[in-house]
Order: sequence, then C-alpha cells, then structure tokens
Amino acid sequence: MPAPIRLRELIRTIRTARTQAEEREMIQKECAAIRSSFREEDNTYRCRNVAKLLYMHMLGYPAHFGQLECLKLIASQKFTDKRIGYLGAMLLLDERQDVHLLMTNCIKNDLNHSTQYVQGLALCTLGCMGSSEMCRDLAGEVEKLLKTSNSYLRKKAALCAVHVIRKVPELMEMFLPATKNLLSEKNHGVLHTSVVLLTEMCERSPDMLSHFRKLVPQLVRILKNLIMSGYSPEHDVSGISDPFLQVRILRLLRILGRSDDDSSEAMNDILAQVATNTETSKNVGNAILYETVLTIMDIKSESGLRVLAINILGRFLLNNDKNIRYVALTSLLKTVQTDHNAVQRHRSTIVDCLKDLDVSIKRRAMELSFALVNGNNIRGMMKELLYFLDSCDPEFKADCASGVFLAAEKYAPSKRWHIDTIMRVLTTAGSYVRDDSVPNLIQLITNSVEMHAYTVQRLYKALLDDISQQPLVQVSSWCIGEYGDLLVSGQCEEEEPIQDEVLDVLEGLLVSNLSTPVTRGYALTAIMKLSTRFSSVNRIKKVVSIYGSSIDVELQQRAVEYNALFKKYDHMRPALLERMPIMEKTATNGPTEIVQTNGETEPSVLDTKHPPPVTQPANQVRTLKQFWYLHSVLCCCSDPVSPWTFQLQLLSPSSNVVPALNQGTVTQVIRVLNPQKQQLRMRIKLTYTHKGSPVQDLAEVNNFPPQSWQ
Amino acid sequence: MIKAILIFNNHGKPRLSKFYEHYSEDTEQQIIRETFHLVSKRDENVCNFLEGGMLIGGSDNKLIYRHYATLYFVFCVDSSESELGILDLIQVFVETLDKCFENVCELDLIFHVDKVHNILAEMVMGGMVLETNMNEIITQVDAQNKMEKSEAGIAGAPARAVSAVKNMNLPEMPRNINIGDISIKVPNLPSFK
Repeated sequence: MPAPIRLRELIRTIRTARTQAEEREMIQKECAAIRSSFREEDNTYRCRNVAKLLYMHMLGYPAHFGQLECLKLIASQKFTDKRIGYLGAMLLLDERQDVHLLMTNCIKNDLNHSTQYVQGLALCTLGCMGSSEMCRDLAGEVEKLLKTSNSYLRKKAALCAVHVIRKVPELMEMFLPATKNLLSEKNHGVLHTSVVLLTEMCERSPDMLSHFRKLVPQLVRILKNLIMSGYSPEHDVSGISDPFLQVRILRLLRILGRSDDDSSEAMNDILAQVATNTETSKNVGNAILYETVLTIMDIKSESGLRVLAINILGRFLLNNDKNIRYVALTSLLKTVQTDHNAVQRHRSTIVDCLKDLDVSIKRRAMELSFALVNGNNIRGMMKELLYFLDSCDPEFKADCASGVFLAAEKYAPSKRWHIDTIMRVLTTAGSYVRDDSVPNLIQLITNSVEMHAYTVQRLYKALLDDISQQPLVQVSSWCIGEYGDLLVSGQCEEEEPIQDEVLDVLEGLLVSNLSTPVTRGYALTAIMKLSTRFSSVNRIKKVVSIYGSSIDVELQQRAVEYNALFKKYDHMRPALLERMPIMEKTATNGPTEIVQTNGETEPSVLDTKHPPPVTQPANQVRTLKQFWYLHSVLCCCSDPVSPWTFQLQLLSPSSNVVPALNQGTVTQVIRVLNPQKQQLRMRIKLTYTHKGSPVQDLAEVNNFPPQSWQ
Repeated sequence: MIKAILIFNNHGKPRLSKFYEHYSEDTEQQIIRETFHLVSKRDENVCNFLEGGMLIGGSDNKLIYRHYATLYFVFCVDSSESELGILDLIQVFVETLDKCFENVCELDLIFHVDKVHNILAEMVMGGMVLETNMNEIITQVDAQNKMEKSEAGIAGAPARAVSAVKNMNLPEMPRNINIGDISIKVPNLPSFK
C-alpha cells in the first residue's frame, strides 16, 4: 500500500475542489484510505493520518473513528506522536465517550515524564477536557506539579488545578497548601495563572475568601511594582507593563474587598493611583481603567473614589472608540441603581448615544435612559425617547414602547400629557406594542374621567388616518363605543363627526382585511354599545344581524347574543350597555371583575358595582347595577365560567336611586328557572364610596322558603 | 472563561475552531455558521462586541471579534472575562502568529492548522489565559518544534536540509567580480642560449 499522503497534500487537493459535492467525494476517498491504514496498525504513518482526520473534522465531516487512534498515539514514545495524539483527544473526545477514561493512565505516566514538554502536554489535555473521574484520579499529580520550581510547568499546573476544582469542588482544600507561596513568584506567567487560581477558589467558597483576605497587602504591592517599575521590555504592551496581570489582580482585589471594610481600605490608595496614572491613549490603558472602575464600584470604597470612577466612565462616553463607549454604557447601567445622582450628570451624553449608528450602543443607551428617567426630567427625556422610537430598528420598538409606557405611568406630569404620549406611541410603533398594553391603556383612559372627550376625539382622528396598527385600532374602537356620545355631541374642540360617519368607520373595521379577529370583536361590541348612545338603532340592528351568520365563531356568538339583546331582552339593553365604571387594576385578569361562580350547584354571585360618580351627595347609597356574564364578554375578558344549573332572568330594578335615611326601597325581580330543584342561596356584595373612601359589604341569604325551590 | 475560539474567512470557511465546552459535532458546525452570520453583518466602524447567538449561550455570552484582512478572529467569552482585555489578547495572538510564520497570511493558517493549534495551546488552556508574553510563547513553541524535528528520523531529512540551508551563515558572496585594468607585466625572461 503506498504511503498515505501528507496533510499538506490533502489540503491542497481539497482546495482544488470546485463544488461541495467534489469536496465531499475527495474527503470520503481519503477517509476510506485512512480507515484501511488504521486497520493495518501502521505505526509510522498513524500520526499523519490523525492530522488529516483532524483537518477533516474541522471542516465538519465525521471523524469519530479516529478516537482510539488518538489514544494509541498518546501511548507512543515519540513526542511528535504524543503532540498530535493529545490534540486529537482535545478535539475529538469529551467526557461523554467512555473511551476517554483509557487516557487516564497515559496522562498519569506523562505527568511524571522527564521531558517538561510532555508533562506540559498532559497538563494541557487534562485541563481542557478532563472529566470528574479523571480529575479525581490525577489531582494528586497536579498538586505535586504545582509545587515544582519549573515555571513553565507551574503555570500550567495552576490552570489545570482550576479545571479540577471546577469539576470536583470537594478537592479544593487539597490545593490550599500549594498556594502558600504562589504569589512570591517572579515569573509573570506563573503570577497570572496563580491569581486565576486564587480567584476561582475565592469565588467558590466563602471560607477560602476569608482565608485569602490576608493576601491583599501582597497583591497591592505587586500591583504597585507593576505601575512604578518603568519600562520593562519583556512585559511591555504599548507602553504599559503587563496589563493582563494588572487587570487580573484588580479583579481579584474586587472579589476580596467586596463586603469587607478593612480590605477595601487597604486598596483605596492603589486604586486611586491606578485611576489617575494610567495612560488612556491606547486600548490597554482603557482596559485597566475599566477594570479599576468596576472594582471601585463593587467594594466599599469612599465616596470621593466613587465620584472619580463615574467621572472616568463619563470620559469614556466621549471617547471616539466605540468599544470604550460600549463598556462605559454597560458599567453605568450596573451602577445607576446605587449611584443615581452621579450618573444623572452624564445624562445628556447618554441621550446623545441614542443617535449612534451602532446597534449595541443604541440598545445600552436606551436601557440606561429608561433607568435615568425621573419626575424632573420626564418631559425632556420623553421627547428624546419618542424621537428614538420613531427612527429605531424594529427590534427595539417593542422594548422601547413598553419602557415609554412604564415611565409615563410612573412620572406623568399631567393626564393630558400622558394620553398624548400614549397616542404618539400607538401611532408610531403601534404594531410592536405588547398585547397586555391594550387593557392597561383602556383602564388608564377610563380612569381619567375629564379627558374622555379629548381622548376619544384624538383616537377617532387617528383611526381615520390609519387602520393597520391593531393595538391602536382596538383601543380606539373601544373608546368610540364607550364615549361615542361625547364624540358627536359637540364637546370636542374641533369639528365633530356625525353619527353615520362614526358607524361607517366602525363598519369599515369589520370588513377590512387588515383587522384581526380580536379587532373585529372590539368593533362589533363598540357598534353595539353605540345603540344606546346614538339614534340610528336600525342601522346597528342590521349590522349586528348580518354578523349572526359570520364564519368567525367568536364574532358569530357575539352577534347572536346582541341580536337576542335587541329582541327578547330589549328592556335590559340600556342597563347593560351603560358606561363602564372605573376599573381597579388587577394583576392577573384584565381591567374588569367578572361574575364569580362557586361550583356547579350554586347560583352566581351578583357582583354589584356602580357607575363613575360625577357629582353626588356623600351620604346617599350609590345606585346598584348588575353585571351580567354577558357584559364581561363585552369587555373581552377571558375567564372560563363553570356550567350553570340555573337560569336567571334579571329584570330592571324599580329605580336608579336608593333614597337616604331609609326613606324608600329599590326592588328588583329575579326569575329563576331551577329544573334540578337545587337549593337556592344568594350572596350579595355591595361596593360604594362613603365620604370618598370605598366600602364593601357582603351578605348572604340562606333562608329561602323551601317551597320556592322544591 | 473563554468558551470557544473561532477563526474563519470572509466566506465563512472555518480556519481554526477550538471549543472549551462540550458540544456535539453538529452543534459545533452550527455554532460556526451562526457566529459567521452574526459577525459578517457588522459594519466596519461599529464596536467589536456582540451578544452571543442562541446556540452558544445567548445573552450570557459575548462574542468579541476582530477583522484582519480576510480573516475574522472570534472569541466567545462569558461575563467573567474583561472585554477590552480579550481584544488585547486577540492582538497578542495575531502578533505571535505573525512572528512564528513571518508575515502570516491566510494560506499559512490553512496549511499549518496543527501549528496554530500548538501556539494557541501555549496561550489559552482550558478556557483560561495561560501566557500573554509573546516572546515566552514563541520560545516554548520553538523548543517543542525542535524536539519534533529531532525525532523525525530519515523522513525528516529533506525538511532538515531545507531548514539547515535557511539557517546557514554564508558570508556575502561578491556579486560582480570586477577585474579592473590589471596590467600583467610579463617578466623579461633572458633569452635562453
């Protein structure tokens, strides 16, 4: 059999392939050759074959048949074989294959090899993909190597120890004695990896953390030497002495000083020194400053130092380099909760970042802007944020809209401003608004009583312009249904539409292709409600009867029920379609309360509510109104109701007003159809306001005479 | 911790892929494709940080990348690494490759993937930064390469010959041999009687 081709030849051949299919063919041919060569147990060329296999693996072709060969290579005596073998093990094997356990013995022998590079290879492989069983077996060897004087091996052993600790946290104590004089090393590589090891141990165990706190002075001293040492050619990166080590030490100091006053105090000087002396013209300087700022913000530093840190971040925001601005915004976001006032000083710069071209920066700036909004700056900030909403990418619009709603709700200076802001959001980013905001907005509008006319007029105008944005259409049609009388009555400042125009618009919504089924439901209900507010009842009757045969089941059900309302229950129609009361905001359901049912055998609880009071004397009991299950459908709530065993017919009460001081009564007749002869029980809940505060009263009637239900 | 180091070219062909967390082979290829997709869309003058794609851990992990000529160097890291520090690390890596390969270009990476892996193994181990000093890294790599060469035996003879010639210290050969006007005086030989 001819000698297998070299890796270079294979690469060259593959690169001449012009199509994916050609490449696949070549690779398959080569795989077959490699497989037969493996079967022949050829020692001389195994290394070459595995190298080729690894290349094919990188391109994405299956290479699992080479796993055992990697193990054979590792067991070989030659360094070349071992090198490729370990590389193959790292790329092809992981702890999910049982094969990897066979490596344990090889690695153990290699960890005690005479050549440091072989030991290095073994440490590297163990540190990359060692499973917990392997780590348990070999932890002792790693610990031994951690104490050696060879700096090359020592640094690799340190990182390998980190991996062992991650896999088997119980072994952490084993490495404790070896860490004793890790920090007195001169070699920067060993120092660096030792700091990583100490960081890992401190992060995992609070006991270790308190144990290592005593190292803070030593760390401070190392850091000081690095800054003051002047030019040292071997560690210099762009004029700064070993910035990687500086950053690592700063991070460890952060962890050590986090909730400890003494350590924090010991670090204050050095942090101030680093913050003021580091050169910021190159990226390395900024990396160190960034880490310093994070450390200052995290430990219990004094306030002067914190202000210095935030000013550094503010300077970062003005930097030309986008990366610096990005990290500055990220860190400001983390600190805005604790140091709110200091961050406010940089508000204008942050708002400018909203106009940046970079998507990541815009997102960070948006989040930070929302965090900075408060009662004082709400108007200015909202202007900027609405402008941003207009011009930003679609992926931001949903988050921005929700943020605007939340901020407006918390800090709105006036109801009119609030409603204007909501309108603006609905018209610009209407289709991206979240689903739950529609009920929230409706609840908000109902509660701002004096704004009803203004709101409905503006919503109507917006609807005339554009019916494609569903949340806007839903809110508008609901409002038109509720306040349609205000719309046509001349209370608005501008020209008001006539009734037929309004009905045209609503009917247009019903037939338009742009409307979703939910929107159509809203529109139909709105039209129905207008039957008590407008005079063109016949037209409305016609529309409703048409939709009684609609294909959409929801629409059909509504239309049929409304039809019934026109025919059999016409006397109840005014009562049912009255103005909605002020709703309480409930967390789970929508804005309305629904009729509750207590299982199948009891009649419904009659939930009583009253309309929003305009002007009423304080000591008069408010009118009782009843909300039927149907009305909750009108309000688009979706709570399931248990099946009924009764049928109730509520007739209108005898009067709207209960006179005060027991001077009269209000009677309401309820007809009960009780085919299963179940016992009658009634529960009444009275809610009213007395001298401005809400009162609630529950009563139960249990003593219906048996003849009434038997 | 560094989760993965990927190098691919402007068309998405992987030139080096090293994962420090376990993924199946299919997932690894998908991650490479997804990362290429995210990184290639970026403009030239935006920042070098991105949220990670869904496959590699979503918004917990960040992609820090640098674009050199035809290659993208992408490091996927979690929140314990400093972003600016990783940018510097990428710079050190590329400079090391440059020193090892003498004006490195994409072809070097293509034909010497195993060597690039060896250099990377001296810099990053188990997802953590091992050594950042360029000279130190190069010394170690050279020493190991020498060990390999010494074992190569007869098959390595041509390679050894080539490197021997490269390292040979020849004195400067004169380009032109300018023999100016040499007047060769022919001696006056006495007539032979």
